[in-house]
Amino acid sequence: MKKKLHVTCTINGKETDFLCEPRQSLLEALRDELRLTGAKEGCNNGNCGACNVLLDGRLVNSCLVMAAEVEGRAVQTVEGLATPQGLHPLQQKFLEHAALQCGICTPGFLVAAKALLDQNPKPTEHQVRHWLAGNLCRCTGYDKIIRAVLDAAKAL
Amino acid sequence: MKDFDFAAPKTIAEAVALLSKHGEQAKILAGGTDIIVQLREHRRAADVLLDIKRIPEVNELSYDAKKGLVVGAAVPCYRIYEHQEIAMLYPGLIDAAALIGGIQIQSRATLGGNLCNASPAADSIPPMIALEGVCVIAGPAGTRELPVEKFCTAPGKNALGKGELLVGIKFPPPKPNSGAAYLRFIPRNEMDIAVAGAGVSVVLDAAKSKCTAARVALAAVAPTPLLVPEAGAALVDGVLNDALIDKSASAARAAAKPITDMRGDADYRRHLVGVLVKRALNIAIQRAKGM
Ligand SMILES: Cc1cc2nc3c(=O)[nH]c(=O)nc-3n(C[C@H](O)[C@H](O)[C@H](O)COP(=O)(O)OP(=O)(O)OC[C@H]3O[C@@H](n4cnc5c(N)ncnc54)[C@H](O)[C@@H]3O)c2cc1C
Ligand code: FES
Ligand code: FES
Repeated sequence: MKKKLHVTCTINGKETDFLCEPRQSLLEALRDELRLTGAKEGCNNGNCGACNVLLDGRLVNSCLVMAAEVEGRAVQTVEGLATPQGLHPLQQKFLEHAALQCGICTPGFLVAAKALLDQNPKPTEHQVRHWLAGNLCRCTGYDKIIRAVLDAAKAL
Repeated sequence: MKDFDFAAPKTIAEAVALLSKHGEQAKILAGGTDIIVQLREHRRAADVLLDIKRIPEVNELSYDAKKGLVVGAAVPCYRIYEHQEIAMLYPGLIDAAALIGGIQIQSRATLGGNLCNASPAADSIPPMIALEGVCVIAGPAGTRELPVEKFCTAPGKNALGKGELLVGIKFPPPKPNSGAAYLRFIPRNEMDIAVAGAGVSVVLDAAKSKCTAARVALAAVAPTPLLVPEAGAALVDGVLNDALIDKSASAARAAAKPITDMRGDADYRRHLVGVLVKRALNIAIQRAKGM
């Protein structure tokens, strides 16, 4: 094993540091070192979006970011969506619309949808579908997810 | 993934020194959307991964009416299409930057990485060739320049020598009455690899009825992205009409040397490339007329 690297960054608004192997992805560091298991490993090659997080506010696949790259940068994960006051409107609407079945894709969809609403608070259905093209769901058939995101946009 | 070291050089000199020292065993990380997958799947190997994103020069994205456009090798796609002036002046480049992968990929993927990865199907390379892009390369002997069409040498292979890295790609300022476009064919609307692609640029005369210069470059129909000079030449000085555009498309079809694979057979690809060249030329001509 190579010498571990010490990485300092901000995660969900909190200054955090961790040790990682140079070959570890951000997804592996989040899940295995920091025990933030919200981001999921689906494909591990950039196609499914289950591992989505925000890096300096931009939506990325954390399986395609090296852990060591995030030195000095800000990471937001699905764990940062809810507040002590309650669920994020996106999470609430996913529940109301039954926009999940097995749920493994859900954290990725939530983070991706948040990134969309952050930059486009009132998207059209087409814009939602286009934006979410990088997130795969094997269960729902997508329609309920799209409804939930559109409804959350109204609630926000 | 096999073990390797990670380094984040802060200067080009530092990167060149590391590349010279480790040779083939050093791999550059730009957006990581190709290299991380390839290392994980053991399609490429590294002793050290060099993250170049802390080097100022490779993050440059600038436009100057005299010097033209500079796209640093580590500039992700979104920065290019979110730059209003550049998006307006280089729509042919935006066609590609906005269709590589999905939003998540565009947050990270770079034109430099797309070029260095040297896939025959890479979407940004034909428009970069059509727009007369020039690679700026740094190495142990200093800096050199190479036209984009000379950069890819075989599938997955490029013209970089030991110790060299791509610093960025330069484009001349758009000429008056010029336009460019890139189109690809894939079975779904996004997130797939091109079955065929066409990047074109045209320069029209003052009356906008004739073409004075044109470049046509193709994706996924040869071992490397392909500039087809005959397809450009077919357009020059004739009156712009469907027959002339057909001639250019025929030249492109004739130059294509496609393979048969799971995405499409050779005849299908040759047919597609003709259709794509025609459609891309029509878009480029409209854009040239609109300028
Ligand atoms: C889900 C998914 C969808 C995709 N969709 C598309 C698509 O639609 N169209 C398409 O064309 N591609 C697509 N790709 C492939 C990839 O995203 C692109 O090729 C991208 O442009 C690569 O850029 P990067 O910055 O991520 O490269 P990296 O992975 O960082 O690097 C790519 C290669 O170039 C080398 N390299 C990078 N920068 C330099 C440099 N400055 N000097 C020397 N060598 C360098 C690296 O060592 C590596 O070998 C997709 C990939 C994924 C995972
Ligand atoms: S696990 Fe990262 S995109 Fe699928
Ligand atoms: S709910 Fe099962 S994959 Fe989406």
